[in-house]
Amino acid sequence: MSKEIVKFGKSPVFFDSFTRRPGPVKTNMHYCPGCGHGILHKLLAEAIADRGIQEKVMLVAPVGCAVMAYYYFNCGCISVPHGRAPAVGTGIARVAPDKMVISYQGDGDLAAIGFNEFIQAANRGEKMSVFFVNNSNYGMTGGQMAPTTLPGQKTTTTPYGRNVEVDGYPMKVCELLNSLDVPVYIERCALTSTANIQKARKSIGKALDNLRDRKGFSFVELLCACPINLRKSAADMNKFIDEEMTKYYPLGCFRDRSAESESKPLPPPPIHDPETVRSLLYPKKLDIGVAHTFRNESKLFDRELRLKMAGFGGQGILSLGIMLANMAKLRNFNVSWLPSYGPEQRGGSANCSVIVSRNKIGSPIIDSSCDLLIAISQTALDKFKDEVVPGSVLIYDSSTMTLPPLPEGVIICGVNASEIALKLGNAKCANSVLLGALAAVLKKNNILEGGDKADFDKVFNEAVFESFSSKPEVIELNRLAFVEGEKAVNA
Amino acid sequence: MEYNNRVLLVGNEAAVYGALLAGCDSYFGYPITPASEVAQEAALLFPRLKRVFIQAESEIGAINMVIGASAMGKRAMTASSGLGISLKQEGVSYLAMYELPAVIADITRSGPGLGNIGPEQSDYFQLTKGGGHGGYHCPVFAPDSAQEMCDMTYAAFDIAEKYRTPVYIMADGVIGQIMETVTLPEPRPPRKDSPWSIAGKREDDGTPNYFTTLYLEHSELEQIRLRLEAKYKEIEKNEQRSVAYKLDDAELVLCAFGVSARVALRAVDVLRSQGVKAGLLRPQTVWPFPKDALRGTLKTAKAFLSVEMNCGQMIDDVKLAIDCSRPVHLVSRCSGNIPSVAEIVARAQEVMKEVTK
Amino acid sequence: MSKKFRVDIAFDQCKGCGRCVIACPKKILKLGEKLNVQGYPAAYQAADGCIGCGGCFYQCPEPGAVTVLEIVED
Repeated sequence: MSKEIVKFGKSPVFFDSFTRRPGPVKTNMHYCPGCGHGILHKLLAEAIADRGIQEKVMLVAPVGCAVMAYYYFNCGCISVPHGRAPAVGTGIARVAPDKMVISYQGDGDLAAIGFNEFIQAANRGEKMSVFFVNNSNYGMTGGQMAPTTLPGQKTTTTPYGRNVEVDGYPMKVCELLNSLDVPVYIERCALTSTANIQKARKSIGKALDNLRDRKGFSFVELLCACPINLRKSAADMNKFIDEEMTKYYPLGCFRDRSAESESKPLPPPPIHDPETVRSLLYPKKLDIGVAHTFRNESKLFDRELRLKMAGFGGQGILSLGIMLANMAKLRNFNVSWLPSYGPEQRGGSANCSVIVSRNKIGSPIIDSSCDLLIAISQTALDKFKDEVVPGSVLIYDSSTMTLPPLPEGVIICGVNASEIALKLGNAKCANSVLLGALAAVLKKNNILEGGDKADFDKVFNEAVFESFSSKPEVIELNRLAFVEGEKAVNA
Repeated sequence: MEYNNRVLLVGNEAAVYGALLAGCDSYFGYPITPASEVAQEAALLFPRLKRVFIQAESEIGAINMVIGASAMGKRAMTASSGLGISLKQEGVSYLAMYELPAVIADITRSGPGLGNIGPEQSDYFQLTKGGGHGGYHCPVFAPDSAQEMCDMTYAAFDIAEKYRTPVYIMADGVIGQIMETVTLPEPRPPRKDSPWSIAGKREDDGTPNYFTTLYLEHSELEQIRLRLEAKYKEIEKNEQRSVAYKLDDAELVLCAFGVSARVALRAVDVLRSQGVKAGLLRPQTVWPFPKDALRGTLKTAKAFLSVEMNCGQMIDDVKLAIDCSRPVHLVSRCSGNIPSVAEIVARAQEVMKEVTK
Repeated sequence: MSKKFRVDIAFDQCKGCGRCVIACPKKILKLGEKLNVQGYPAAYQAADGCIGCGGCFYQCPEPGAVTVLEIVED
């Protein structure tokens, strides 16, 4: 009696029956007779099985002939938009670092529409292995020119042969990739003779070893047969690849740092525990502010207050607005702060609107009357002077500006804020000088009433403390500037 | 340790807080004005929680990274503005067909083309009518404040997962840039990977271990499309959200979302003081459009006024919702301009004069 | 005693591309004259002398069309 043992047979990584494939044929792949994809599929399946990584592999399939790879491979598979496999692979590899991403791509997919996704993933050193089928044409769509088509080669979109003056030269992906610092392994193989296929088998194995061991980005280009589109017999197809294609695409290893590259450790798991999330995201409760029932007594606060700050970009006008918004927040007001953004944001003038209210804030935009205008450039004052109405407070930097005609009843206060700030040794604290001046004006004119007068200084100190809690010297400087601003007005 | 959950945040930052507190695992972004603060804040905070932040090579790269993360059963987000969203649409169409959840914020600016970086609401058609190829819908939230940027992003992850669909946050540039007091929601407890994740599974378990959007047999694809349509009907039935303001006796119904709704609300008060019975319906979802709430106003409404920051897009949905049974008018500004209270009031007065003639 | 092998080509799975035929170092594979259900002239082992190199298996683009078997005497 004799028995038979399978020495070479169908890989267990393939499904027994290709039930996902429509139509009656469930044993064969959809590829044309003699297609290089089939050979590569078998080499990949064997390499996955040999390494016992079937459970971990996520195969990202391209658009092109291999779009239906998930009909055959029994592992995690996703068929993705044209050219985007390395980007989808990046998403997978980053959120599930214990998985092993294989990006399987053709020459149109990788070297034309998806070259950016490919080269950028390579440059980030994504932990993935890319297998690149170069068969010198677009197979799935019927044999059009690919970036890899040889000069003079006839395709359905180069019926006169590829004209390098019009279409450029064949794209050498290994060579381009080899200019990057980070890829670990780059090799070009040909699926032609048995000897060449055996070399490819080793390369594929190495790329999967690197994947399993988290070494980094590996890339294997495979010159493949497309006998139906190229209208060649099996023998002529091999000859074309070995003799014509290899002139442009020399076989061999361009880089192999597999041995010296260290396995990268898995990143730490993401934090989702609510208590830890709270401690990392929520600000610590500082010993400032007031009880949630507190209400400032001045009548001023019974209505919505509309405050505008305007000046040059870089003068800190936006931070001045944020400081006021912070002060209001610390006294249980609702606030909105809206910067001017638009062309102005990139240099030139800057302004922001701050609205303070006990109720839900309506429109956050101030385009008519405002309760307060702090203007620290002439342009800004000229631009917004019409929004200043009787009863409005106007604070301006008297060291650099002149007043335009304004309506009766505007409460006007000039303070040479920038000079005072410079004297204190830091131009950046001019904002606090202006706020000190504002405090003085509000108190002097009894706009702030009763306890609110002292509270304004207090809430300023709290806001400064909250904003710069890690920088005591900055807190001190701003407190000093505020006092100087207040003094300057009262002098 | 005691924490403060009331903070001052820019709208774009608030969206990132909403995402993190909703348990978002990953953010993939690309810089663009006026959405860049979303990516910047995500770059700061996601790594702090050991979650994934990647600055992608392109808008296309970003949405495809979202596809990868979502296929692994993780919560994923990206954000951009109009022209970047145009680039992402291919990926969104795939997400719709894979039935994979994702949250995408569109901080809208002016167009077409580069337009300018001023606020506009002209992505309304793009987001509510599908946007990419093939015919699909995505729920679209329209926040009107930094608080809603946070809350709606937080809620969007649940809606996305419940219906297995990409969900948009559509906020005009003002809502993205405005800083307001925001009360932060509670962090979501840790969740398991979504059951459809292809992570580590093989067909032998009886669970599908693949995602595709390719169905070569016409009848098979038709079945899937009909299933998607049924899902969209379900969303339309369940997820319409809106806020009513003084609608009980309103003869003139203003309809506005985003920052223009805040202006329109003030206009309603002014109109009321002038003796016009005006009210405002503010859609919080623009797909599904709050048809039921709008129809509810028909018992008193004599006319409708769509307030928009484009050249009139939502107005179509207003007309459809009420079957054109009342006159529907438009007041709009575009290209970075925002309709003022005065403009809205003036147009409303004209409309009412016409109606009562 | 030298090992014995044979090539088993699943008749209906072969697409008749001929890659195995040109690759076989012993030249014992041939394309048949009869067409299979898919309409291809399936290859077959036309003579003894298989050395079990597996060249035909790796050349074949189909997952299950070629099986190389070792014959073991009990």
